[in-house]
Amino acid sequence: MKNKVLEGIKEKANNVYRKILKKKAPELDLPLRSLSNVKYDEKEGYFEILGKKKERTLTVGTIKTFAQTLRMMGLSKQLIEQDDIATKREAYYVSKNWKEAMFKAQPESDTVMDDVEAMMMVNREQLGFIPEEKGGEIAGKLIVVDRDPETKKELKIDCTKFGSGAYSIPISVEHLKFETNAKFILAIETAGMFQRLVKHKYWKKANCILISMGGVPTRACRRFIRRLADDQKLPVYVFVDDDPYGIGSIYRTLKVGSGNAAHINKYFCVPQARFLGVTPQDVIDYKLPTHPLKEVDFKKIKDLLKNDPFIQHHKPWQKALKQMQQMKVRAEQQALCRWGLNYVITKYLPDKLKHPEKFLP
Amino acid sequence: MQDLLYGSKFFKLSQSRGQQGIGVSASVLYAQLTTGKPAKITSKISPKHPAHYYELRIDTKRNRAEEVKDAIVDWNTNHGTKIELEIEGDYLKGSQSVDQYIKQIVIVNPHVKLIYVNPKSEQMLFVRATNKMPPRPVEIKPHPHGVELGILIQMLKLTDTRTLQAFLTQEFSRVGSGTAKQICENAALLPNTKPKSINREIAEKLLHGISQTKIISPPTNCISPIGEELLEKGLRKEINAEFYCATTRPPAVYRGNPFVIEAGIAYGGEQNAEDSVRVLRYANRVPLLYQQGACAITKSVINTVWRNYGLSQSRGALPVGPATIVISINSVWVPFTSESKEAIAHYPEIIKEIKLALQEVGRKLSIYIHKKRKIQIEGAKRSYIETYIPHVAEALKDLVGYKQTDEVKVKKLLKQILEKTRGKLEKIEIENPDYDEELAKIGKKENKEEQKQTTLEEATKNKK
Repeated sequence: MKNKVLEGIKEKANNVYRKILKKKAPELDLPLRSLSNVKYDEKEGYFEILGKKKERTLTVGTIKTFAQTLRMMGLSKQLIEQDDIATKREAYYVSKNWKEAMFKAQPESDTVMDDVEAMMMVNREQLGFIPEEKGGEIAGKLIVVDRDPETKKELKIDCTKFGSGAYSIPISVEHLKFETNAKFILAIETAGMFQRLVKHKYWKKANCILISMGGVPTRACRRFIRRLADDQKLPVYVFVDDDPYGIGSIYRTLKVGSGNAAHINKYFCVPQARFLGVTPQDVIDYKLPTHPLKEVDFKKIKDLLKNDPFIQHHKPWQKALKQMQQMKVRAEQQALCRWGLNYVITKYLPDKLKHPEKFLP
Repeated sequence: MQDLLYGSKFFKLSQSRGQQGIGVSASVLYAQLTTGKPAKITSKISPKHPAHYYELRIDTKRNRAEEVKDAIVDWNTNHGTKIELEIEGDYLKGSQSVDQYIKQIVIVNPHVKLIYVNPKSEQMLFVRATNKMPPRPVEIKPHPHGVELGILIQMLKLTDTRTLQAFLTQEFSRVGSGTAKQICENAALLPNTKPKSINREIAEKLLHGISQTKIISPPTNCISPIGEELLEKGLRKEINAEFYCATTRPPAVYRGNPFVIEAGIAYGGEQNAEDSVRVLRYANRVPLLYQQGACAITKSVINTVWRNYGLSQSRGALPVGPATIVISINSVWVPFTSESKEAIAHYPEIIKEIKLALQEVGRKLSIYIHKKRKIQIEGAKRSYIETYIPHVAEALKDLVGYKQTDEVKVKKLLKQILEKTRGKLEKIEIENPDYDEELAKIGKKENKEEQKQTTLEEATKNKK
C-alpha cells in the first residue's frame, strides 16, 4: 500500500519533469476541495467529490503553492521511504528551511497537505502525516479491543471503568474491534454536557455509549463512530447546541463529511447519524433561555440554505433553519439547566428518546 | 522711429510681439528714470545705406519722444537694429527672473538665435533649433463681434465711406453686403445712413444690431502658432523627461477675436514626482511669469481632471507629478486681466479651448503612463515567479532524483518556458538628443550652495 502511494508521488513528479524537458509549462491538477465540488446522494450517505480541478503552474497566483506542493510531496516521499511520521505542526516547521517557499502560518501548510492528500486520493496517514488533535472521548457500555503497542497482544478496554474520566479515541482506529450490548450511541457537542452525563452514569440508565466530540468531530472521531456503528449496527444520535454552527458544521460534517475534505468523506462520514436536539422547536417546547443570533449566524444560515447540498436535499432541515431565522435566537445544550441541573437526564433525553423517528435527518 | 513709442493695436490687427507687459516705451522710460541715460539705437536698413545712430529720451511733461542725437555712423553689418538701455535692477535667480524669462523665450521661439550675457559676465548662446521662420501673420480688419463701443465710434468718425453699408463691408472682415443689410435691419438703421452723422446713442444701437447678427468667424491666417513639432522640440531642450507630446488646437473665436491654443507636456525623467506640476504660460510666444494664480490658463489646468490621465490631484489644486505643462495662447488680441499683462482673462471660450488642448495631451500621456505601469507590473510579476523557480527545481531533484547538472538545466528551462508563456518583456527606450543641460540650468536656484550654508549655520549653532 505504502509503495503504491510512493509510486504515485514519483509518477506525478515525473510528469512535471517531463513537461519541463519538453519546454512546456509544467502544472499540477488538484481536486477542488469545496462544497461547490460535491454532490449529495442520500443512498450513498456522504458528500461525494466531483471532477472540478484547480491548476497550479507558473503563474503569479499559483507559482508559490506550486513550489510548495512539490516540496510537500518531497517531504512525504522522504517520510514514506524512511518509515517515519511528521505531525502537521512538524511539517510546518520543516518548511521554514524552504526560504521564499516557506509557509507563513500553519493553516497554509495544512491546506497544501490536504491538497497532496486529495491529489493522491489517500488518507494523510498514508503520506506519513499525522494530526495533533485529540480524537474525542468515550464513556459507557463499550469494550474496545486494541493491541499492546509492544507485545501486539490483544488488549480489552472497558469504557465503563474510567470512573469520572473517559477513554480517548486514538488517532488511528482502523485496527480496533468492539464488544457492546448498548442500544445506541449518543454523540455530544460539549465536554461539559458529556461530564454531566458521565457523572450521573447516564449511559447505565439509558444503556448507551457516550461520545464527546468537542466541537467539529476530528477525522479519527468520525471514523471511530462510523466503524462502531457499522460493526455493532447501532443507531447514532447527535446532541448539539441549537445554532447554525451545531447544525451546519458539527452535525453535517459528522454525518456526510465536509467540502474541505471532499476527497475522503467516503471513509469519514456517519450516514446513520440522526439529530436528537437541540432543535429550534425544542426552544419553544421546553421554553429554553436564548441568545440573539449575530450577523455571522444569519450569514451562515443563508449560506447553508443556498449552498449546502445536504441541507438542500432535506426539506425538514430547511424548515428548521428557516424557523431559527425567524426566531432570531439560538440556545445552548446547557440552557436546559433552567429547569434544574439534571433536567436533561430526568426529562429531556428520556422524552426525546421515546420518539427517535421524530429526529431530524 | 517715434512710432515705436505708441501702442501698436490702434491701427492694425494681427498677431505680433509687443505684449510682454513692459513695452519698448516703458523700457526707455525706466532706463531714463533709474540711470538717467538715454536709449542708444543704431539702425541700418541695407548695405547700400549708411547706419543711423540715435539717442532717445522721453519728454515726460509732454509725453513725447525726443531725439537727443542723430548721427550717421559706420556699422559693419548688412542690416539690423541695435538698442542699448542701461537699467538699474536686482539680478535674481528663480522662477521669476530675467534668466528664466529668457530661457522660456527660447523654448517657444526655436527660430531665434540669442546671445545673453548676464551681470556676472557669463555669456550664454542659444542656437536656433530650426531655420524655418514662422509664417508672417497677415493683417486683418476687425471682426464686428470683437469691436467695442468706443472703438466703433472712433472708426465711424475716421472712415472715408459714405454709407453705413459701405462702412460695414469695407472696415470689417467677414461682412458682405447681405450681412451689412442684416446688421442695419437688426439695428433698425437705414443702410444709407451717413457714418459721420452717427452719434453715441445710435452707435450703441448699431453695436446691438451687430450682436444680434450671425456673422462667420474671422479668418484665422492672422495667427501664427508655434506648431506641435516645434513646441515639443522646445520642451525637449529644456527638460530631460521620458515622454513628450504637444498639440495645436484648431482656431477658435472669443468676442470676434480668433485665437489658437497650444499645449505640451513633458513627463517623468529628472522631474520631482512629489511636487505640483510646473506650468509654463505663454501669450503670443511671450512667457508669463507673474500672477499664475489669477490666470485662465492655471484655472484650466486645475479644472482638468488629471487623475484620469495618471497624475494625482487634490480638489481645486494643480496636479502633482513629475511633469511640466506648457500652454500658449496665440491671438490678435490676447485678453489680459490687467494692464500689466501678467494673466489671461477668464473667457469661457478660452478656458474651454485650453481644457480641450490639455485633454488631448492628457490622453496621450495616460496611454504612456498606463503602458509604463503595465510593464512595471509585468516585470514585478515575472521576478516574483522567478523567485520560486529554484524551489521547483530543488523539489523535483528530491522527487525525481536527478543530478545537480539536471537541476541547473531545469532552472534554465523553466526560465525559458516563463519567457515563452508570458511573451517578451517590453522595454521603453528613452533617448533625448535635444536635451540641453546648460539651458536647463539657467535661472535655477543653486540649491546645493544653499544647503551647504544651512548646514554650516546649524553646525555653528550646535557649537554654541
